[in-house]
Amino acid sequence: MPMYQYDTHDQAMVDARVAEFSDQVARRLAGTLSEEQFRPLRLKNGLYLQLHAYMLRVAIPYGTLNSRQMHMLGDIADKYDRGYGHFTTRQNIQYNWIKLEDTPAILADLASVGMHAIQTSGNCIRNTTADHFAGAAADEVADPRPYAELLRQWSTFHPEFDYLPRKFKVAIIGSDTDRAAMRLHDIGIQVVKNDAGETGLKVYVGGGMGRTPMIAPVIREFLPPLQMISYLEACLRVYNRYGRRDNKYKARIKILVHEIGADEYRRQVEEEFAHILTLGLEPPPAELERIKGFFADPAFDTQSADTIDRSDPDFALWVDQNVHAHKAPGHAIVTVSLKPAGGIPGDASADQIRLLADLARDYSFDELRVTHAQNIVLPHVRKADLYAIWQKLDAAGLANANLDLIGDIIACPGLDYCSLANARSIPVAQKISERFADPARQAEIGELKLKISGCINACGHHHAGHIGILGVDRKGTENYQLLLGGSEGADTSLGTIVGPGFSEDGIVDAVEKATQVYLDRREDGERFLDTYRRLGVAPFKEAIYG
Amino acid sequence: MADTLLRFRDDAASTAPVVSLASLHDAGGNATAVRIEPGEDARLLLPLLDRLELVEVSFPAYTDGRGYSAARILREYGYAGELRAVGDVLVDQLSHYRRCGFDAFLPNQPITREAAEKAFATWPEVYQRTVDGRTPIWAARHG
Repeated sequence: MPMYQYDTHDQAMVDARVAEFSDQVARRLAGTLSEEQFRPLRLKNGLYLQLHAYMLRVAIPYGTLNSRQMHMLGDIADKYDRGYGHFTTRQNIQYNWIKLEDTPAILADLASVGMHAIQTSGNCIRNTTADHFAGAAADEVADPRPYAELLRQWSTFHPEFDYLPRKFKVAIIGSDTDRAAMRLHDIGIQVVKNDAGETGLKVYVGGGMGRTPMIAPVIREFLPPLQMISYLEACLRVYNRYGRRDNKYKARIKILVHEIGADEYRRQVEEEFAHILTLGLEPPPAELERIKGFFADPAFDTQSADTIDRSDPDFALWVDQNVHAHKAPGHAIVTVSLKPAGGIPGDASADQIRLLADLARDYSFDELRVTHAQNIVLPHVRKADLYAIWQKLDAAGLANANLDLIGDIIACPGLDYCSLANARSIPVAQKISERFADPARQAEIGELKLKISGCINACGHHHAGHIGILGVDRKGTENYQLLLGGSEGADTSLGTIVGPGFSEDGIVDAVEKATQVYLDRREDGERFLDTYRRLGVAPFKEAIYG
Repeated sequence: MADTLLRFRDDAASTAPVVSLASLHDAGGNATAVRIEPGEDARLLLPLLDRLELVEVSFPAYTDGRGYSAARILREYGYAGELRAVGDVLVDQLSHYRRCGFDAFLPNQPITREAAEKAFATWPEVYQRTVDGRTPIWAARHG
């Protein structure tokens, strides 16, 4: 199985956390810890107090998990929640109806399969995210997962960086195609090769969404991989010391980098880095090699046919939309869309979660990925098995052939759950996906990434949507702003607000009008985003407000 | 103060008056105990490390983590005197303080020695090399 496996050291750390948090919950329930004192402690275990209940966010390091772990996620949904879970834009899963007194038992269940909720919230280094096609993509330069695992271990219970000015998110990719919105993270790392064929890390610092979206500049062009930990220590130390703490909305590292400038930030990091290199903080080459060993290719079936029987048209439609090229002949990458028309983006029932676990076990070398677009990937599937997989998905309501189409909406939980939200996201997503439910219509419109956030914190990535929707509160009424032109890939850009906001139904109409402008004006081969970039906002504005 | 001070050192506590960073060079420049606030640069103390016997690092709010970096920097450059965390110092953060080099604590709310030692033992192992001398997991794996 091509996945990192805990040894006794890793397991001991997770078990210690369960013991620590169980003690903290007991002290809270007994009243010896105040809610104020308990709050940051529970947050570092991913436990939020939301509008109706506690929400528990479980870490899925770099979005990778095995069938046993996935099965456990389904069982937890049944046992402690209301029979479903919500996959998030950070490749994690959230449970929305958790009881505080159950959390030690849930963490113990998770620990039994090598999982946890460590640092899924709080002003610390969060769970590292990565390309969800890592180790499988045909276009991969180098596998980012060994570095992601090194980062996981380094960032776990890091004593110096547990009370940063604000949360800190790292994403890592190993292809030129950015499937992880890497430059919209506090630190984005791209594994690259130089002209001599040597592997290095290109480090971006200071990206982010939220109320001040910024695209991260390059801070280091080519870092030797065996200096990654030392370099990140330096990046974080400069931020911990000089990041703003006077205003929580200006506390992310993007503000520091922006205010002092990328050159000055780089200078400070290099100075700190030179000092840190003298301290011997870097794990030895043997540790990286040990980790790399876990991510060796599985035993691909070299005899597997490299063709797909497309005689079933519904299956063929799904293959065209949801199946990607794999690096191994005869194999493919399957993305299972959790976006049925009228559904809640990213939600899966306990039965669906367990079915996905079984499919991974039977057809994908026991491995699954969670994508930041809130879908599930079976990374290593034989082409010969695609039809059988599709039939099983179809029977479970999981064969939505809408990947990267307008129905494949990213949405945050919004005001239905979240205590920070100003407006609901889920009903808007449901109405849009119903409006565009016809698969032929979605296919006609083609690639269109629509992203919805229920507040300015941008958990639904609205800045990076080809079409973005931002829910705001206008005099006590939910109001929705329309953004156009965002993108999160290699061509990362931030969307701009088109004009005055809309009601819930009005925003659905506005989206439809925008797509109509595209359909009327597009030229050969253009996606929605391309047409928008060529034409600019004017014709869209006119159609929507005219 | 004596009630709440927890020290994990064998030497006697400094009796020198604790001065601010700004006044460190006053009075003939002989002060041996200094207190630094979250926004102050611990590196300014580096030329004086041989002279200092007590550095207090102030934590007005436990959520302000700048003092962790201050402590580690001082230890990384060889400071061997007492390093005392002062203020909103809570038991749940003690193991991290210790890993960053603090060996004395003056919390606003008293913490028992027993509770502190339990806190230090929170993590059976550690993933990072810091200044506390503990063996990181990667070193244990590779001898």
